[in-house]
Amino acid sequence: MNNRYSRQELFTPIGKAGQENISRKHVLIIGAGALGSAGAEALVRAGIGQLTIVDRDYVEWSNLQRQQLYTEDDARNRLPKVIAAKNRLSAINSSVSIEAIIADASALELKEWTQNVDLIIDATDNFETRMMINDAAQMYGIPWIYGACVGSYGITYTIIPKKTPCLSCLLGTVPLGGLTCDTAGIIGPAVNMVVSYQISEALKILVGDSDSLRNKLISFDLWKNQYSAIKVEKLKKKDCPSCGKERTYPYLSFENQTKTAVLCGRDSVQIRPAHPVVRDLEALEKTLQKQGGTVQRNPYLLSFSTGSHRLVIFQDGRVIVHGTKNISEAKTLYHRYFG
Amino acid sequence: MNVIVNGESVQLQDGIENVKDLLEHYDIQDKVVVVEVNGNILTSAQHQSTRLSDKDRIEIVHFVGGG
Repeated sequence: MNNRYSRQELFTPIGKAGQENISRKHVLIIGAGALGSAGAEALVRAGIGQLTIVDRDYVEWSNLQRQQLYTEDDARNRLPKVIAAKNRLSAINSSVSIEAIIADASALELKEWTQNVDLIIDATDNFETRMMINDAAQMYGIPWIYGACVGSYGITYTIIPKKTPCLSCLLGTVPLGGLTCDTAGIIGPAVNMVVSYQISEALKILVGDSDSLRNKLISFDLWKNQYSAIKVEKLKKKDCPSCGKERTYPYLSFENQTKTAVLCGRDSVQIRPAHPVVRDLEALEKTLQKQGGTVQRNPYLLSFSTGSHRLVIFQDGRVIVHGTKNISEAKTLYHRYFG
Repeated sequence: MNVIVNGESVQLQDGIENVKDLLEHYDIQDKVVVVEVNGNILTSAQHQSTRLSDKDRIEIVHFVGGG
């Protein structure tokens, strides 16, 4: 045995026993963008047993400013984020079992992934997915840690089923619009501050030190020098549809899921087919080469540039339309080129 | 009146009398927020009925989605 965890074991609240616990835990991270990159690296370095990381996207140049697992080569090759992440994470700690899943987190899949994990870290970029995570976590009694950031602002809260209010209690409804990385940008320190809170809470949960959990909704603005920590347990609702007595887990039902989404931080729209399909990318490449424009393909996806738009199609049929925030325009392009 | 918002002292102009007014003043009335006044957390239904007084300590947390 080497002493790679010695400094963490010297930290009394963890110790050798805590490290033992950490090494047996399985964590699910939804999202491999800025929060997911930093969170995954921290957990893998800390020596968790198993990591499942899910993301629907691939690496782009505009990610490199803050998404710490990725390199210029990854952007050049348009590698799916979780593949690039797994490559880097395995090099950092080969003893962690890492599962990389290229997918958009749907209700069905979330339920499946959630059943086998000890903890979920939220690293998504939208509330729709968070509400699904929230329902799945309540359904299986798995703790999860909300985290989000935009500009120099960040927010985080640890949700423990049967103890704390859930995200649905706090939000009431799914927030629409507002600032995104698209309109307000994002700086790296805001990401890392959120992740520091998330992973500290994660370590407490993984070693079983629930008394040390923060129990407050944290928010901060690193540029405006603001910080707040407030107790929100009074907002727990007895009639909450996600965690109350008569719960129905509404966000896991099919009709509550949209099939299109404007992507955070980019001038892009994602479109998902109603049912998963397997695309023959090679055949598609040949078809599109006749359309004019530029076609590029790797084993995971195909990219097609035409005019001011670029369409990227993944093997599971998902399409990301770059160069527009307009969903109907994106759908038009989608149907024009992919049937 | 003078209040503390997220740790900063703020001089409020006349006409800002309750929490709803304050959120409108900051132009965040349409956002999903959690507001605490002097340690008491408010539901959104209480925003209008919660009157502000001099030296109140107010915490406003708004939810964002980026990541």
